[in-house]
Amino acid sequence: MDFHSKSAIGSVKETSLMYQNCVDGLVIALAGNPNTGKSTIFNSLTGLNQHTGNWPGKTVANAQGRYNHKGNNYNLIDLPGTYSLAANSPEEEIARDFICFGRPQATVVVADATTLERNLNLVLQIMEITDKVVVCVNLLDEAGRKGIHIDLQRLSSLLGVPVIGTSARTGVGLNELQDTIQDVASGKITTKPLKVHYNSLIEDLVSKIEPVISLCIKDKFISRWISLRLLENQDPFLEVVGKYLAKDICSEKDILHTLTQLEQYLVQNNIGKDELCDSMVLEILKNAEEISAATISYAKQSYNQQDRQIDNILTSRLFGIPIMISLLGLILWITIEGANYPSQALTIGLFWFEEKLTDFCLWVNCPNWLHGALVLGVYRTLAWVIAVMLPPMAIFFPLFTILEDLGYLPRVAFNLDNFFKKACAHGKQALTMCMGLGCNAAGVIACRIIDSPRERLIATITNNFVPCNGRFPALIALAMIFIAGSAGQYQSVLAVLTIVALIVLGIVITLTVSKLLSHTILKGMPSSFTLELPPYRKPQIGRIIVRSLYDRTLFVLGRAVMVAAPAGLIIWIMANVFMGDNEISIIQYGANVLDPFARYLGLDGFILIAFILGFPANEIVIPILIMAYMSTGQLIEINSLESLRELFVSHEWTWLTALCTMLFFLNHFPCGTTLLTICKETQSKKWPLVAFIVPTMTGIILCFVVAQTVRLLGWA
Amino acid sequence: MGSLIPLHQLSPGSSGIVKKLTAQGNERRRMMDLGLVYNTKIKSLQKSPCGDPIAYELRGVVIALRSESASQILVEYLATDE
Repeated sequence: MDFHSKSAIGSVKETSLMYQNCVDGLVIALAGNPNTGKSTIFNSLTGLNQHTGNWPGKTVANAQGRYNHKGNNYNLIDLPGTYSLAANSPEEEIARDFICFGRPQATVVVADATTLERNLNLVLQIMEITDKVVVCVNLLDEAGRKGIHIDLQRLSSLLGVPVIGTSARTGVGLNELQDTIQDVASGKITTKPLKVHYNSLIEDLVSKIEPVISLCIKDKFISRWISLRLLENQDPFLEVVGKYLAKDICSEKDILHTLTQLEQYLVQNNIGKDELCDSMVLEILKNAEEISAATISYAKQSYNQQDRQIDNILTSRLFGIPIMISLLGLILWITIEGANYPSQALTIGLFWFEEKLTDFCLWVNCPNWLHGALVLGVYRTLAWVIAVMLPPMAIFFPLFTILEDLGYLPRVAFNLDNFFKKACAHGKQALTMCMGLGCNAAGVIACRIIDSPRERLIATITNNFVPCNGRFPALIALAMIFIAGSAGQYQSVLAVLTIVALIVLGIVITLTVSKLLSHTILKGMPSSFTLELPPYRKPQIGRIIVRSLYDRTLFVLGRAVMVAAPAGLIIWIMANVFMGDNEISIIQYGANVLDPFARYLGLDGFILIAFILGFPANEIVIPILIMAYMSTGQLIEINSLESLRELFVSHEWTWLTALCTMLFFLNHFPCGTTLLTICKETQSKKWPLVAFIVPTMTGIILCFVVAQTVRLLGWA
Repeated sequence: MGSLIPLHQLSPGSSGIVKKLTAQGNERRRMMDLGLVYNTKIKSLQKSPCGDPIAYELRGVVIALRSESASQILVEYLATDE
């Protein structure tokens, strides 16, 4: 649990720091329910490309951006999408704390026009904390198509704050929104936010606490809100208040005295906290209901009939899962097939440049070892990683993002949740696993969509059991040569079946390990399940391509480059520094040391050391292995499967070696990029370590059992 | 006035009215924030292909609830689509 609170507090502290440093700009908070197009508004205003997806709960850490409007600078803080500010989750806590204690000059609450009533819950809660509120009713175009009409003027007069209607995807209303933000922030528009009146008991209690609180806290608004929160939940809340106001209000005598009195009063009159809490929530919802009844009119009764009809097919008992598997299979096929050509082109281009670099080194009389280390070591490894990693990601991510934008992904979680429930995990883990097929680092980032702490960690730690794009080519090559080698014309069919079997095995291992984790080291972590099925939306192809290339592909590639460059140097040194009486390279030496152990696992020393040196990216494991077997000093590739087979067979490979290598490919430590990402996402060193150990141990055990069993039975 | 049934027993296509939440603590608050409060109309849409969770529509929003959550919401049967 610690990592969550840490990251939550960290980000709020950062933002309040930033707020103090930006003397020249106004600070505007952007709040809203998940999936209301909040991030689209954020992107449109700031131009900073931050990812938005058609699934609830995307932004966890708050993103910030700047924009200029009519000569004024604004700092926009994109808060996590939440349904409430009750601080049920780290996300809600971040949003609540920033609105309350970050003191933004204005808070924009983005509401979905198609589900306005539910959104008003958050609007009303925020209006209890601050009066500087602008309500932005977004997705008006979608509401119009569904025949939902909203009387924005009436809504504004009922709420007592400005209400702006927008269709952020087409940019409609954004100018007016910026004008209004300016007017509210500068005080040109004074708001009179609707105050929710609670029942007489609550109002009575508040009137007792509030005067005492307001002695310490000058802001009249906050003191009422703090009093209300104290009625619900005292101790943790007091701690938070004390932290942000840098004032230990628990030690104020008057406050303590009042709170003790309150406590006694509640006990004497037999009033439970839950009861108070319930009636507060009810009162807010009642207000939301009344306001929406007065402002929303529906032209058609069955305004979301179409979505229901689509759901009837996509989540049906008969077609739900087959459609899902075919869609995913199609995406994978397009990715693997489509990546070949650009990969080759990139390889040719990058290796042409390597030759030019070599020419340059000769021309400046650069010493051999320096040329080797920098060009054949660092540059070649980098070039290799980029050439094999970039094209599949550039194809996979946009395709996957289309499904995301459509709103299909939450349906996948819905279809599969039962399997995950049995493994004590969350249905949304199915999505992070699909993303892992593209890249495990991206899969780990995608775990943000899981709002329950325990299930999020499970998904993060087990993501590596899904083979990523970087592992597919190696798995396919090994399956073609050793498993399907004698199948003649059915070779590729058998190879595909082998890969499918491996993926299925990966899924089974994921579910098993998930269950084990939740019963062992993650026992007792808080857990919850909420899954919204948002309306289907037309994907915006242009935006998808830009976003998925910028936010996912380049981002992951950047991290990969950071890991690959130093690793390239180390690999070159290990292949080119010779030691001992026999003058063997460090790789050869390492392989000799590891060999006895590797044999138990059905591998050999070279294979194991190739996996270890392949830590920066799974793509280079096979090239390292070839380099080690052939004792060349740099990474090389063998394009023909036949020569690859000959090389491996000459090093005593059997089908068992290939099988164990494939199993170890599926189950070993995550690549450096993924571990770095786990480190950043969990803000801890413990979880990356767990994510390293769990799959490695799984791989070692699995390979050992398989190798020993097969040998015992005398099959190989 | 009919008797109260747990939400997950409401058959797909039927609607009901929320009468009581038996969930406690965080879970209860989460449900309430989703709009699951006294006298809210809720409709059972369909089961997941694996039987659980079930998708429900309330206040114009579709959410999926697992049976152990839905069993903590008691509803009064209202009507079934033909």
